[in-house]
Amino acid sequence: MLSAFNDAFSLLETLDANLLGIVLLSLQVSLTALLVGCLLGMPLGAFIAIQNFPGRQGLIVVLNSLMGVPTVIVGVVIYLLLSRSGPLGDLNWLFTPKGMILAQSVLTTPLIAALTRQIIEDGWRIHGETMSALRLPIVAKLKWLVWDCRFSLSIALLAGFARAISEVGAVMIVGGNIDRVTRTMTTAIALETSKGDLALALALGLVLLGVVLLANLMTSIIKSFAERRYG
Amino acid sequence: MNRRYILKISALTVLAFSTIGLSHAQKSIILSSTTSTEQSGLFKHLLPAFEKKTNIQVKVVAVGTGQALDIGRRGDADVVFVHDKVAEEKFVADGFSEKRIEVMYNDFVLIGPKNDPAKINGGKDIQVALQKISSSKSTFISRGDKSGTHAAELRYWKGAGVEVSATQAWYKETGSGMGPALNTASGMNGYILSDRATWLTFKNRGDLAILVEGDPKLFNQYGVMLVNPGKHPHIKKVEGQAFIDWIISSEGQQTIASYKVEGQQSFFPNAKK
Repeated sequence: MLSAFNDAFSLLETLDANLLGIVLLSLQVSLTALLVGCLLGMPLGAFIAIQNFPGRQGLIVVLNSLMGVPTVIVGVVIYLLLSRSGPLGDLNWLFTPKGMILAQSVLTTPLIAALTRQIIEDGWRIHGETMSALRLPIVAKLKWLVWDCRFSLSIALLAGFARAISEVGAVMIVGGNIDRVTRTMTTAIALETSKGDLALALALGLVLLGVVLLANLMTSIIKSFAERRYG
Repeated sequence: MNRRYILKISALTVLAFSTIGLSHAQKSIILSSTTSTEQSGLFKHLLPAFEKKTNIQVKVVAVGTGQALDIGRRGDADVVFVHDKVAEEKFVADGFSEKRIEVMYNDFVLIGPKNDPAKINGGKDIQVALQKISSSKSTFISRGDKSGTHAAELRYWKGAGVEVSATQAWYKETGSGMGPALNTASGMNGYILSDRATWLTFKNRGDLAILVEGDPKLFNQYGVMLVNPGKHPHIKKVEGQAFIDWIISSEGQQTIASYKVEGQQSFFPNAKK
């Protein structure tokens, strides 16, 4: 095990432009999926948090369950949708980064929506009466609440990013792990493991860990800076 | 929620997608093939030569033969390059391709632990070796994933007159690709059938070694097929055919022959002229 770590570090020094491309593609796909997840998930979650409608409890249960849906299942479903024999075949998104973004967006959206719903609902419990008294329109209420809870909501952001960047099941099936086209860090790790090159797999794993760490560090710095400035 | 807000969100979502894929308009085909050809490094040796000559990019999706054929059947690949003659002929008979063309062969080898509990080392007959493994109830790892290698393995068991099933404790179906199955065999010190190319590039060998090789029955023929544009009109017929023509040309065949892993030739071209 230790020698594998040693090998991994010495390999990192020799890793090249190809690896950089893999890292950049992973970030491009996962960050875009995160963006889509936020754009769709946050308004949805906030809406469910403060609005009463029939079937609301059921929707919350569904959202919370979708947080744990296996990535492979999402991969297979999106594969069947995007396949040339499937309903969205004409888009020509199978085995492309776009297809991978779509699959990962399906993973991030319910996760971000579910977390946003809980956070906003807690905020609503505190400020709800005031806002109701002010008779603000719903969009104004939502904006106000999201802004008020922005620091708590950053955890939803990080969770969405983590879900996307660490998954291999969906991108492997939808992307096809094509060299220099759809190979991400996680599919590259799976490939090297299956070639029995555990040292290189571990080296790539360390890179992935580094990227995730960096993303969390940056969020943390921005958050503490913003809290001091605007908190 | 008001309509403008929803509109804004959907516009931004569409924008997020459109940032990706402003890719160069280079011609390309999708080739669905097996893990053995990809992981052995053959494509890394072969494809640059083809791309340089024709400027057609070949995007390889490497999966088991069963899945590779399924990708072709759905029209998600332009060319299929696999190794399971029976399944390939069925693919053609079902109309998913007009013609199967033989390209090259490699061979299977029987891998096992060096202490060799079934005493098969040095044998030249795969079926005799399998009989010994079964009668000594030594651990055997099967791919169990409908790949070309799995199909070959089942043929050899049948030829050996041994009925195998996952209910027997010594016979373990992993349901995984060649590499992961080799990882399992290495961990359990079991016997396993592998193609030579994947074995040569496999690094986590542990205590395993080649025990049986050289039986003519172990030859493993690869075939290439253009997916039928009659079934799927979007198939890139011209580019796909260009790849097939090149790989069976003398230049393509020589490129295959010149590929070596650890000094050994891994694939033997045998396209009929």
